Amino acid sequence: MALGLPFFAGAALAQAQNWQTGLPPAATPVMERIAQFHNELLLIVTAVFLLVAVLLMTVIVRFNHRRNPEPSTTQHNAALEAAWIIIPVAILVLIALPSYGLLTYEAESPQPDVTIQATGHQGHWTYAYSHEDGLQFDSSALSEAAAKERGEPRLLGADNPLVVPVNKTVEVMTTGADVIYSWAVPAFGVKLDALPGRLNHTWFKATKTGTYYGPCAELCGAGQAFLPIEVKVVSARDYVLWLAAAKEKYAGDGPQRVAANF
Amino acid sequence: MSDAFEIADVGTVHEDHPRGWRRYVYSTNHKDIATMYLWFAVVAGIAGGGLSMLIRAELMEPGLQIFKNPHLFNVLVTGHGLIMVFFMVMPALIGGFGNWLVPLMIGAPDVAFPRLNALSFWLLPFSFALLILSLFVDGDAGGRGAGSGWTSIAPLTTTGSPGPATDFVIFALHIAAASVILGAINFITTILNMRSPGMTLHKMPLFVWSILVTAFLLLLAMPVLAGAITMLLADRHFGTSFFNPAGGGDPLLYQQLFWFFAQPALTAVMLPAFGIIGHVVAAFAKKPVFGHLGVAYAMVTIGFISFMSWADHLYTAGLTAGTRTWFMFAALAMVVPVVVVISSFIATLWGGSITFKPPMLFAVAFIVLFTIGGLSGIVLANPGLAPVLHGTAYVMAHLHYVFGTSAVFAIFAGWYFWFPKFFGYLANETLAKIHFWITFFGVNIAFFPLHFLGLSGMGRRIADYSDAYAGWNFVSSIGAFVTGGGVVVFLIMLVEAFAKKRKAGDNPWGAGATTLEWTLSSPPPFRTFNELPKIT
Ligand SMILES: [Cu+2]
Repeated sequence: MALGLPFFAGAALAQAQNWQTGLPPAATPVMERIAQFHNELLLIVTAVFLLVAVLLMTVIVRFNHRRNPEPSTTQHNAALEAAWIIIPVAILVLIALPSYGLLTYEAESPQPDVTIQATGHQGHWTYAYSHEDGLQFDSSALSEAAAKERGEPRLLGADNPLVVPVNKTVEVMTTGADVIYSWAVPAFGVKLDALPGRLNHTWFKATKTGTYYGPCAELCGAGQAFLPIEVKVVSARDYVLWLAAAKEKYAGDGPQRVAANF
Repeated sequence: MSDAFEIADVGTVHEDHPRGWRRYVYSTNHKDIATMYLWFAVVAGIAGGGLSMLIRAELMEPGLQIFKNPHLFNVLVTGHGLIMVFFMVMPALIGGFGNWLVPLMIGAPDVAFPRLNALSFWLLPFSFALLILSLFVDGDAGGRGAGSGWTSIAPLTTTGSPGPATDFVIFALHIAAASVILGAINFITTILNMRSPGMTLHKMPLFVWSILVTAFLLLLAMPVLAGAITMLLADRHFGTSFFNPAGGGDPLLYQQLFWFFAQPALTAVMLPAFGIIGHVVAAFAKKPVFGHLGVAYAMVTIGFISFMSWADHLYTAGLTAGTRTWFMFAALAMVVPVVVVISSFIATLWGGSITFKPPMLFAVAFIVLFTIGGLSGIVLANPGLAPVLHGTAYVMAHLHYVFGTSAVFAIFAGWYFWFPKFFGYLANETLAKIHFWITFFGVNIAFFPLHFLGLSGMGRRIADYSDAYAGWNFVSSIGAFVTGGGVVVFLIMLVEAFAKKRKAGDNPWGAGATTLEWTLSSPPPFRTFNELPKIT
């Protein structure tokens, strides 16, 4: 209790809702852009689908054998055939340009304030804070009972969540200890594979405090559904307090599982 | 055109084939081999579909209900994927329809290498048997069977799955790959060398075009799969380190190799589907395919691009932004020829005098379903969206709209279209239409909600999920069971047709069905075109 509850009281839980049909609410600038681009794209693809639907409905109504006993014999129409190449190309360019912009924005990571290495293991992630005196701890799934007790969602809540400061650039380096994992937090617009022998890196800058969840997004074995990613975004002050407490708590423990209680 | 080959000799003197089981087991006849491929695909489809019923039953509610051991769930997911791709869709479209129709449509007496053709087919049951056997031997520490996904992803398959189940899967894939490669060689040789006089490439029917392109794709792609899984095998048993960083290898290499194979191979599945739909829409609109050559060259273009766009499956693997940009452009470029194909089909319908017989219902539904799958493909082509879409149920929605429904609807369209030709009997139209409507509603109820689940963050290959995804998963499972009911109606339709034996005439579809096979009797004689027809 000492470690956490007061810090996070009142912070919204950003998790999926039953019957949700769209993306989670954005908690980072990257995710805001992803959501905006996805919405634009959704408009385009919906319009294309409606066009196809209208054409097919017209065909069904107007060109069935009762309404139209004599089929036309047209087999070619150069203008039409050119149009259905040129128009898609134009639409694709309209998609590709902002898509390229989004990719570039995601790929160009700013100078990080906090650097964390996330290592995938069977059953847990190990988080190591690079510049915090070797602070390192394991983060595993909560049992169903523990999740209920802590008011966290089943399968998504972790015993020792990752804690990061709000409005700071966090660099995440991922790697896998044995097989491939994937570190993902949808509300941050972050998903990056964690491969053995490679160190991938991505970044996020959460702009809202709260608790965020993600699944492991690469098949890593029978425990695929039970490898949660939980991130708590806290204020700068709370982060400093947490760091001090965590260094004490996990000191000397090394990379072994500790049932922290916050 | 039709009177040009009416003289084709199809006399009865050549019916001297073995009877009973010998006719099939000893057969080198393309028609009999094709028929075996088709029935093989039906059996494998029921097996793979049965697995999907179990999968959806588990996912119907949060929590572990059927599979207390989640490893078993992964095993079924793996089996479902492999069976549907290698033992259902591919044998049906390529081995089945391809073998039946290519020689008939180009006016050839048989394929170029009939014995090789028999070998291609007979490798499949053995490959399938190995895959089934893998379910009963040890996989990883969690239990029996291989649960590493249809991609057999390394290092999960090298260091992560010590038991022999993975070896069984690898050998099953080796044999399946050999079967497909031999088939591809046969088709290429047949199509390039054995067309009747006057049948130029440009006059060749669309389905034959699609098989030609497909055969080239498979011939080039399958050896890459065979190589990659051989490297898996060597890493597992012979101390190599292709994918093991401890020995200087790289697990990313496996994904690169696998998708370099899978992108063209999956494309190769879709092309014959396009070919079939082209024939069906033309026949029932009573119009030739609009822009026939445009469609043929669009398929060639699709084939080319499929070899340059594999890493659109690797957007979250840590590739550089420059690499992802290239693959974004390649993946989006694929859309253009696909639009040409689909637009041509709609233009074929436009102005037609359409009868909505069962094959046509499946064909029109194909256009709808493929449009949905294609559009979600456009969304997935953007690397910037991979952080929220890659590895989620959204990908499942996409691939099931493309392969799980579109390709399957093309198979059913082709099945109902050529059923009277292949088997000589007419299907019951009412049963066929009931089959269609149940399947159409079923697949949409099953697969559309997966888009929502993916967008809200639900992953793939998970036996259990967060309670917040309960609603749409329940709906999806209901849709899957409805689809399963559709399969039952399909089987009833088959039994009814073979019991009632309503004789089909040479051409039950009328003037719209113009390809050579409709000039033959139904079913065609054992040997056809001993005298080559002249195409004018
Ligand atoms: Cu995983």
